[in-house]
Amino acid sequence: MTTEQSKARSAARNGDGAVLAAPSRAQRARSRSRAQLAAWGFIAPVVVYLGLFYAYPLYRNVDLSIRSYTLASFITGDAPFAGFSNYVNVIESSTFAPALINTTIFVFASIAFQFAIGLALAVFFFRSFRLSGVLRALFLVPWLLPLLVSASTWSWMLDSDSGVVNSFLQAFGIGQIDWLTSPRWSLVAVLIANIWIGIPFNLVIMYSGLQSISAEVFEAAAIDGANGWQRFWRITFPLLRPVSAITLLLGFVYTLKVFDIIWIMTRGGPGTASTTLAIWSYQLGFGSLLPDFSSAAAVGNLLIIIAVIFSLVYIRARRRLELT
Amino acid sequence: MHRSRRASAIGAALLALGTAAAALTGCSSSASSGGGSSSSGSSAGGTYTFWDPYPQYSASSAWAQLVSKCGTEAGVTIKRTAYDTTALTTQALLAGQQGNSPDILLVDNPVVSTLASAGILTTTAQNGLATGAIAQNILGAGVINGKTYGVPIGANTLALYYNPTILKAAGVSPTSITSWATLTAALAKVKAIGKKGITFAGINTEEGSFQFLPWFWGAGASLTNLDSPQAIAALTLWTTWIKDGYAPNSVIGDTQTTSWQEFQTGDFAFGENGTWQKATAAQMGAKVIQIPAENGGSAPVPTGGEFFTIPVQKNTATYATSAKIVSCLSSTSNIVTTDNTLNYIAPTQAGQQAQLATDASLQSWVSAVGVAKARTGDNLGTKYPIISQQMWTAVQKAESGAASPASALQAAQSAATAAINK
Repeated sequence: MTTEQSKARSAARNGDGAVLAAPSRAQRARSRSRAQLAAWGFIAPVVVYLGLFYAYPLYRNVDLSIRSYTLASFITGDAPFAGFSNYVNVIESSTFAPALINTTIFVFASIAFQFAIGLALAVFFFRSFRLSGVLRALFLVPWLLPLLVSASTWSWMLDSDSGVVNSFLQAFGIGQIDWLTSPRWSLVAVLIANIWIGIPFNLVIMYSGLQSISAEVFEAAAIDGANGWQRFWRITFPLLRPVSAITLLLGFVYTLKVFDIIWIMTRGGPGTASTTLAIWSYQLGFGSLLPDFSSAAAVGNLLIIIAVIFSLVYIRARRRLELT
Repeated sequence: MHRSRRASAIGAALLALGTAAAALTGCSSSASSGGGSSSSGSSAGGTYTFWDPYPQYSASSAWAQLVSKCGTEAGVTIKRTAYDTTALTTQALLAGQQGNSPDILLVDNPVVSTLASAGILTTTAQNGLATGAIAQNILGAGVINGKTYGVPIGANTLALYYNPTILKAAGVSPTSITSWATLTAALAKVKAIGKKGITFAGINTEEGSFQFLPWFWGAGASLTNLDSPQAIAALTLWTTWIKDGYAPNSVIGDTQTTSWQEFQTGDFAFGENGTWQKATAAQMGAKVIQIPAENGGSAPVPTGGEFFTIPVQKNTATYATSAKIVSCLSSTSNIVTTDNTLNYIAPTQAGQQAQLATDASLQSWVSAVGVAKARTGDNLGTKYPIISQQMWTAVQKAESGAASPASALQAAQSAATAAINK
């Protein structure tokens, strides 16, 4: 609808109001309630959708974690209320500390490297040069590959005896590294693969963020004699802050729930060396012949709580940013 | 005006969809609490549902045709659905929860105790299946607290494949391998000629436990006591092999398939693997011996293979027909054909004799199955999965050097005890 049209319309409405008698109170109430109903009608699909696919599963997961859900309850449907005992068991378990530490290292190291490399590449590609489009497209390949394919390829490349990475290192006189099978290296191995997979996402978002910065600012800085390094730290980086914040938050949530890469490459092993909370939750629920859904749900909920805490931190930080 | 009418129409349609979805889920949840058998079959005629873990067999395969033939003989139509082994357990549990279990369920043997304790399966006393001719050690996986919950389709197990070319070059006679000491000595000779020793699956899943059990049991250890000196000896054997370079480091993450691929490269003298590889082993000229126990003799090996079970139905009249179908599928002539295709050893003596009559090379496998044990046997039932998980975790820790065999197994035992008493 053009502005002219809407202007004409509102003028006509004003004209109507002036000519006709004002509508009765009942009429007004009826039309208001009809409008209210229509509003509810429009919002209902979203509410139903959210309720069915988000709120209910979440409620079920919380419910599952505070009950003692055994095989028998699978059939009878009633599981005795267990309070927080599942959470206590999970936290007291010998797997909890390594899983929490591994998750922390995995998430923060992944994000730090993905973000730094993604940003560096974005800045690099921002000054378009010949073939920059092709090169940038190549960087997107990891994103396009199914995770199953990239993780399997990584695990072949990092194989101790026949992997290409070790043969390469051996050419430089570095002895065999058991990337996937030694407790010291397995987390590093899955980290390398995950960083590689996450770079394109950071590259794309940061690149589009860069394009929203006005060229004039850079020109003005150049005239003032700022060198490349100063331009980056004084202009690019501060102006990218809102984009960076959302990229980091999304990266955090995505990395926190990473499962496939680790599962394919090391299955959380050897021992618990690369077990993260997400892997542990799966192992509890589906990893053995005897499912322990309550504990698995408890670990899953801990993950959700961690994600929510960081989202709240983000929202707070954003609000402060908007105020300043 | 038109636009707003269209918009409200779309809104109404969406709302209708939403409420329909809500109504539908309401429907399904009420159906689940009420229960309802998927089998429309009454005692005679109708359609019977049959689930198996053999997605590799299509509708035109001999197996699928045998299934439908046995259905026809019982006067019913069979609707067969094949799931991946892991998916089948979850599917069976979910179906049990929804009250629409299949009429016949062919399921991996260690899962039988899980499903039985969930109350999904009928006992042979209820469904009338005959178990008399079946070897006790194979039937063991289906027996919980004295009740039998199904009949085995056949059994597979583990043995030690060897590469005759490498052994000859290393000057090792396969018949000399009768104990751990003689095996380790053979591995040393193989390594001395620049070849690789042995490969197995030491992964942190059930497969890892399955492959470790022959050594664990071969030392005389028991699953109820994971940190016994015998158990420590078994784990020390594996870790020493890795440390001394007799086994590759990759065994820590190897599945039975990847470890077999390593053996197939022709660089390895030995490969611990299952009956199901005997065809590919024959192709590469590999031979097989039984896994030695610590101090000589054959080690007890775990049985693999599926069980025919008849899940609980609302209409108990279907059991007789289901039992008839299972008896047909497990009759000697049929089961021999099936077991030959699946590379299984028949669970009855008559079946084994029939298999040997056509293929004498099966003898070592028949003897291996003869000394095999059910993982869930010794009345462990649903305790087995808990113990097994701790066992493969300990094996992983020790293999990777994160802990010594003794401390890894002590941790495993205390974790298993805690989990069982939970």
